[in-house]
Formats: sequence, structure tokens, C-alpha cells
Amino acid sequence: MSQAKPLGGTIFTPFFIAMMVVFAIGMYFLGVRFMNGIGAVANINGGYPWGIWVVYDVVIGTALACGGYALAITIYLFNKGQYHPLMRAALLASLLGYALGGVGAFIDMGRYWQFYHLMMPKHMNFNSVMLEVGLCVATYILVLIIEFAPAFLERIGAKGLLKALDKVLFLFIAIGILLPTMHQSSLGSFLVAMGYKISPLWQSLYMQPVLALLTALCMGFSIVIFEASMSKAAFDLDDETHLLSKIGKIIVGLLTAYLVVRFGEIIVHGKFGLIFTSGKNSVLFILETALFVIPLVILTSEKKRNNPSTLLWAAVSMLFAGSLYRFNAFLLTYNPGPGYSYFPSVGEIMVTLGIIAFEVMTYIVLVKTLPVLHKPKHA
Amino acid sequence: MMDRRSFLKTATLGTAAACVSTVAEARPNLEPSPEAVGMLYDSTLCVGCKACVSACKETNSMDPVIHGGNFQYDSAMDLSSDTLNVIKVYSNGTAEVKDSETDGFAFEKRSCMHCVDPGCVSVCPVTAMRKDPLTGIVTHHADACIGCRTCMGGCPYNVPQFEYDEAFGRIQKCQMCNQEGVERISKGGMTACAEVCPTGATLFGPRTQLLEEAKRRMTLKEGDTYNYPRGDISKPDSYHEKDLEANYHNHVWGEKEAGGTNVMHISAIPFDKLGMPPLEDRSYASMSETLQHTLYKGMALPAVALAGLTYMVKRNKDKDGEE
Repeated sequence: MSQAKPLGGTIFTPFFIAMMVVFAIGMYFLGVRFMNGIGAVANINGGYPWGIWVVYDVVIGTALACGGYALAITIYLFNKGQYHPLMRAALLASLLGYALGGVGAFIDMGRYWQFYHLMMPKHMNFNSVMLEVGLCVATYILVLIIEFAPAFLERIGAKGLLKALDKVLFLFIAIGILLPTMHQSSLGSFLVAMGYKISPLWQSLYMQPVLALLTALCMGFSIVIFEASMSKAAFDLDDETHLLSKIGKIIVGLLTAYLVVRFGEIIVHGKFGLIFTSGKNSVLFILETALFVIPLVILTSEKKRNNPSTLLWAAVSMLFAGSLYRFNAFLLTYNPGPGYSYFPSVGEIMVTLGIIAFEVMTYIVLVKTLPVLHKPKHA
Repeated sequence: MMDRRSFLKTATLGTAAACVSTVAEARPNLEPSPEAVGMLYDSTLCVGCKACVSACKETNSMDPVIHGGNFQYDSAMDLSSDTLNVIKVYSNGTAEVKDSETDGFAFEKRSCMHCVDPGCVSVCPVTAMRKDPLTGIVTHHADACIGCRTCMGGCPYNVPQFEYDEAFGRIQKCQMCNQEGVERISKGGMTACAEVCPTGATLFGPRTQLLEEAKRRMTLKEGDTYNYPRGDISKPDSYHEKDLEANYHNHVWGEKEAGGTNVMHISAIPFDKLGMPPLEDRSYASMSETLQHTLYKGMALPAVALAGLTYMVKRNKDKDGEE
């Protein structure tokens, strides 16, 4: 049995009500999308078939939801049981991030009423990266529900079920490590088929899955640090810096590996000069690289790693780095040829913000009503 | 602290295994079907009358695109869910001379190229894009499509277009007049755009014959007289003689680009000037599939990984005795 407890307290705080307003505005535009078509809300077009609903809600959103995945690797593969106190909150954030990524994909689907074709063998195309991502993400959402179920079962006091689930949970944890490894790498593989539309600084034939996976892991560990720091501030919880700073050390290893592969690929393929000669893309590349290097510099220093505030800054920079990497590759440097441009509309942005607001609200409600976080001992 | 040694060992082994199988399993470009049909668009013959645009709309029951007060002509500027075929104009400087790169102009047709190794077919998760193994015609099947629009990103020519303005939209693309209910090719006919083309700029026929014809034209010189066929190259309705006003640019677009296309283009000016994409010979579909099938062949790698993961998680969880 875990030592996590429901936090209790008022749900309808001013912040929560503000989130509800954002959510309501998002729902209005979503209604317009379903009544009048995607084009009535979003600015996507013939050259830019994917806008922020795919690139933020799905590609970046699920990477930001890799906290549960990253911690599961640490706890169960590297046998670091001391991270357990962080696990439930990370799982909950992962579940919400992935579930809403699924919702985002559904909203964006032009023929959503046929989405179940993805699951019908007669329709499946096994050459398609999209098939792998679709099925894998859908399955992972179910696995996350099962992994998070103990929190709910503890709350309702279903001891028998809890015990039964605990016996088979190892299998779901294992699947829960395999699936994100598969689809997070595949989210990078998407780029291969888009060929020349992807700027050479972000295109790579064989390294896409590795780059996507390494950055997703870095983002997963960083979101654990971010969420723990935010929860501590918001709900007056115990200080977990001793655990978080060790996570910072893991990020250093992953981030180094990422930068070696990223720059290795660029140098081996003779693209180094493009870093300085690609105009707007050069600026984006250098900004992105700086955001990756900042956490590396901060987290390499033991003193800075143990300081909650610099540690948080490192995590935030890493989250922006991974997000910008994805925005750059899929949208900001994406070039389908002359005559096309894309910038998200207000409605499009509001739908995405509405989804994020819903995610935040659900997180707040669940940590207040279910045993997710560890309450301070002095309370 | 992480057990770095075992992590590195696993990571190295995994990467090595992936690299070895990558080399072994590379999927080459698909080859053209010997009986493939296609079209040859000769930019030097095109007079920009847009009869093909209008015939295409009629065949596909699509409305003309109107800009401003011009109701005389369909003024579609580019492909859209209402326009599956469009004639575009290149112009430079004073734009006085036809088919001249400097101070000239030229026409260019945009429609589905019916790739030999189509990206749209490769990336579609639900097999809604299909390539006929015999004719090579790439068709779209809305009854299967989920509207994810990956085909649009996976098409080097931005051909598939989604009906964004419909609540229940669909993907539209040229299906070489052979979609269900039209089936001009299956019935022994030709595409509507080739049929109405007054100059034979759009020529229908077997890919092999069209490619031979294109290469024959490459050997002609400015001033030569050539007898150009109209309609279907295997049984032309008529011919017209014309003196070459400009040398052909020595390049048959679609012979090799990204695995080749069944709709090929020739022109007097380079194709990048006409807005063709920067493609190399290898298809993106072959690269993407090589990657996917290396990682997921028979689901062997994931199965081995899952076995290892299950063992490790079980061991560590039992030791832990918690959650």
C-alpha cells in the first residue's frame, strides 16, 4: 500500500475557475469545427495538413507526458525504488497527457467517425508509421489506466481487486515501458516519409527514431522535476529535491547522448555549414540547441543540481528544447514548396489551450480526491 | 545511481543489432508495372487554354473556382479539393517569349503524378490510398479514410487535398478518371484531360510508349519539324505538325524522380523553375518502410524487448515489495 493521500481542500479556486473559462472558449471553437468543418476554425491547408492540433496536442503533448515512462524505466529497470513517491503523480500526468493527445488526434481527424478502421485488420497498412503510432498510443492509454488504477481502488477500498491487480501489474508495467519506446521513436519516423519538406537540419533517414526517443525521455524526466516542483509550491508538500537532483543526473547522460547523435548526424552528412547559412532556420536551430545546452550545463554542476530553483530552470529549459525541436521539425521549418504558409488561428490556439485547461483541471481534481501525492508529515 | 555499465551494454547491443539489420533489409524502390498507363505532359505544346481543367471538373463533378469578376474561365490557382488538375504559368522578366527561361513564359500542369512508389499509399494507416498493381493508377477510397491527412504530408507534390470546408469532408485527388462510377480507363478510354487537349500537350497511354516518345523528343533540335500525336499515344485520333521553337531541356521528369511517376513531364526550361520539388531517385516511401520494417519485422524486436522488460520488472518489483 502506498503512503500517498488525497490532498482534499476546495476544488473551485479562482485558478480553477479561470481554467474553466479557457476550457469553455475552447469548446465553443470545437463546436464550430464539428459543425462547419476543420477549415472553419483551423488555418491548416493543402500544403500544411498538420497544424498545432497534431504537432502540439499529439507530438509534443505525448512527449510531455513521458514522465510515467521515464520513471518506470528508472524504478523497474534500474531498480531505484526510492523514486516511488514520485510515481503516481507522474502516471497521472502521463495518463492525462496521452488521453488528451488521443482526443487531439480525434478532433483533428477529418473523418473521425471512421477512426475505428485503425483497429480493423482488413484496413491496416503495416508500412504506415501512422498505424503504428495510432495503435500503440491507443493501447498505451489503456495500460496507463490500469497502472493508475491502484490509486482509485485504494480510494474506494477495493482491497481484493487491488491485491489481484498487484499480482499482474508487472506485466502492464513492462508493456508500459515498451509501448512509449515504440511510438515515441515512431513520432520521429513520421518525418522520413515527408522527405524534402523537412529542413535538412531536421531530416535524417535513420536517426529520426533515436533522436525522437532520446528527447522524449529527457522531456519525461524533466516533466517529473517540473510537476514535483509545481505541486510542492501549489500544495505545500515535502521537499523532494534529493530525488529530483538525481533525476537531473540521468538527464545529463541522455542529453549528452542526444547531442552526440544530433551533431554527429549533421557533421557526418556534411550539413554543418547549414547551421549558419539557413536564414530563419539557422536562428531556430541555434535557439533550439541553446535550450538543450542550458540544462546540460546546469545539471552537470552538482551544486546547481541540488538547488531546487536552478534544477527547475534546467527542467523548464529542457521542456522548451524538446518542444521547440518538434515544432521546428514539423512546422516552423516545414516547407511544402512555394504558395503555402501556416500560422495557427485564434480558434485553433483556443482549442489547444482548452484541452490543456481540461488536463490541468482534471489533475487538480484527482490529486485532491485520490491518493496520488505525498502529504507533508507536519500537516 | 544508474547502473551505467549495463545500460550502455544494452544500448550498444541494441543499436548494433538495428544497424546490422538495416543494411540487410533495405527495401528498394518499387518498379513500374510493365502495363502501367500514364500521361505525358509536354509544356512546349501547351497553349494554356485550360480545356483540360474544365473537362476534369466536368468528369469529377466539381465547381469552377471563381476569382473576382472573371466568370469566363475557371480561375483556380492551384490544386484544391475542387481542382484536381490545374495549369500554372511560369513567367520571367518581360515574359515575351514562350518557353524561354529569361524574359519568357511557360505553362505547367499540376495533377497527381501517379507515382511508381507512391508516398501516399505507403503512409496511409488504413489502406485508403491504393495503387492498382497492373495499371499503376493511384486511387483514393473515402469509405476507408480516417482523415488523418498523412498522405498530404507524404506526397512530394502536395496532390491529395482535404475538403476543409465541409463538416464531413474527404480527400480529393486525380484518380486518372478511373474511380468507381467513372472508369474511363477500365472501359478502354483515356483521361478526360488528354481527350480534350487540342495540341496533344497532355497525351495518354502506356508508360513505356510515353517514355519512348519523350526521349525521342529530347533528340529534336530547335527548327526541326515534328508530327505530334493527340489523345492516346497507342491509337492517336490525329496528328499535327509543328516546328520546334525551343530546344527541350534534356530531362524527362518522372522517369526516375523518387522512383519515377506514371505521369511524366517534358519542357524547354528546367523543372525547378516550374515548381517541381527537389527529389532524388530514391523514394521516401522506400526509406520510411526500410526503417519501419527494420524495427518491426515480424514484431521480433518488440517481442524480445517485452520478454526482457517483463523479466526485469518482475524481478525488481518482487524485490521492492511495493506498488
